[in-house]
Amino acid sequence: MLLKMKEAVRLYGHYLSINIKSAMQYKTSFFLTALGQFFVSFNVFLGIYFMFRRFSSVEGFTYSEVLLCFSIVLLEFSLAEMFARGFDLFPEMVRTGSFDQVLIRPRNEILQVLGNKFELTRIGRILQAVVMFTYGVSHCKVEWNLIKILTVIFMLIGGCAVFSGLFLIYASLCFFTMEGLEFMNILTDGAREYGRYPVSIYGKKALLLTTFLIPYALVQYYPLLYLLEKDNRSFLVVVPLLAVWFLIPSYALWRFGVRHYQSSGS
Amino acid sequence: MITMEHVCKSYKIARRNAGFGEAFKALFHREYEVIHALSDVSFTIRDGEMVGYIGPNGAGKSSTIKILSGILVPDSGTVTVDGRVPHKNRMEHVKEIGVVFGQRSQLWWDVPVIDSFELLRDIYSIPRGIYHNNLEELTELLNLEKLLRSPVRQLSLGQRMRCEIAASLLHSPKILFLDEPTIGLDAVSKIAVREFIRKQNEIHKTTVILTTHDMQDIEALSKRIILIGKGKILLDGRLEDIKSDEGIDETVAELYRAYDI
Repeated sequence: MLLKMKEAVRLYGHYLSINIKSAMQYKTSFFLTALGQFFVSFNVFLGIYFMFRRFSSVEGFTYSEVLLCFSIVLLEFSLAEMFARGFDLFPEMVRTGSFDQVLIRPRNEILQVLGNKFELTRIGRILQAVVMFTYGVSHCKVEWNLIKILTVIFMLIGGCAVFSGLFLIYASLCFFTMEGLEFMNILTDGAREYGRYPVSIYGKKALLLTTFLIPYALVQYYPLLYLLEKDNRSFLVVVPLLAVWFLIPSYALWRFGVRHYQSSGS
Repeated sequence: MITMEHVCKSYKIARRNAGFGEAFKALFHREYEVIHALSDVSFTIRDGEMVGYIGPNGAGKSSTIKILSGILVPDSGTVTVDGRVPHKNRMEHVKEIGVVFGQRSQLWWDVPVIDSFELLRDIYSIPRGIYHNNLEELTELLNLEKLLRSPVRQLSLGQRMRCEIAASLLHSPKILFLDEPTIGLDAVSKIAVREFIRKQNEIHKTTVILTTHDMQDIEALSKRIILIGKGKILLDGRLEDIKSDEGIDETVAELYRAYDI
């Protein structure tokens, strides 16, 4: 099992290196896109900043608290994106039938799909997320201790799982629709945007939905309450890890999709 | 040994007439037509055999190859390849087969061919010694020496096809599926590819299943042909038995007419 994991990581590394080599063929494009990506998400930060210059708090959350929330969600999302966004190009693979190529290789299909096309320009976004995260954590007036640090790490793991699960669902649906579904972006990119603020500000229904259906709240709202000492029940520390269950139905849907793959022409 | 017994496969295909109005209508109400790509296909191929699989466009050749290589799941019937069911034991199965789709590339477009080969080495976990031996042999037989360091996008079709074939044989598969390997190639490349396939079968006893429209391919390579039309096996026999004096193309055209496919 462990050996298999090691093999997979190694292969993923190899995919990464061949992708880098490919991207290097078009240098200017590579640098400009990475730069562009950086500025796009920087905008979002400015949005929050200027809003709080007018209002000092939203639904009981102060600027520094929202900032912490946002920077954690952004890092969760960017990490998931870094690894799992390869699914973005998946509709194209299904439509043109190049998914055939994946099925005739003795490796996990997901690993291959992710490795096949790798948007290196997302490195720009990861960098930005890391910068935001550091800024958020250092400006948030939370008194850090070991348990709180652990909570943040759990949040990152859980969040990464939720977003990866969503990317996987997006890809699985392509087996049936043959098209990318833009509406899925509401759940992925949308979640990042809405995730700037703790879910509770969107009302009870939104909170319920994101607790039980798509578990955003588990990786954002509840552990945040603990971090900000608004709720001291200690089980909140491990709540984000529960979000990992979301990968199970996502993966089941994927398996179901693979069996229904129809290939294309000759 | 490859056996297919009573295999059926059908697709649902959306149909509509030309025009914007029709396209708009199809958005809400779609008419489907069921295409029987394969109906009741059975055959057996022994180890080390070289079989030409022929038939007109849309006869079901590619579907057969895709089922045998585990890409598609048959609707009914049983498929076994060396005791494995391709779509069920996908991982173990594909380790033992090599597939070349003449119309699609498995090489990375922007990097030198050798980079793709090295990635394949990792994908198949080919031991270093075996990889080097195979690479050396393939380089020599397919004359790849000068091509290995050029990016794929700068290769000609014939050069690329030679690299594709090499790529599918790096892991020394026991069975090789070739789906139109000579499509669009010039005479020199065609001959080179044929010669190579023949040698591969001779030296390594690789089972080869070849689909093609080029009857010279068949003539040069396989003793046995399987003719498929409208999803049914129409003929399975030795090439000499059906060949008349008119030449192979005429013979096959005659067969197509005779079976009305």
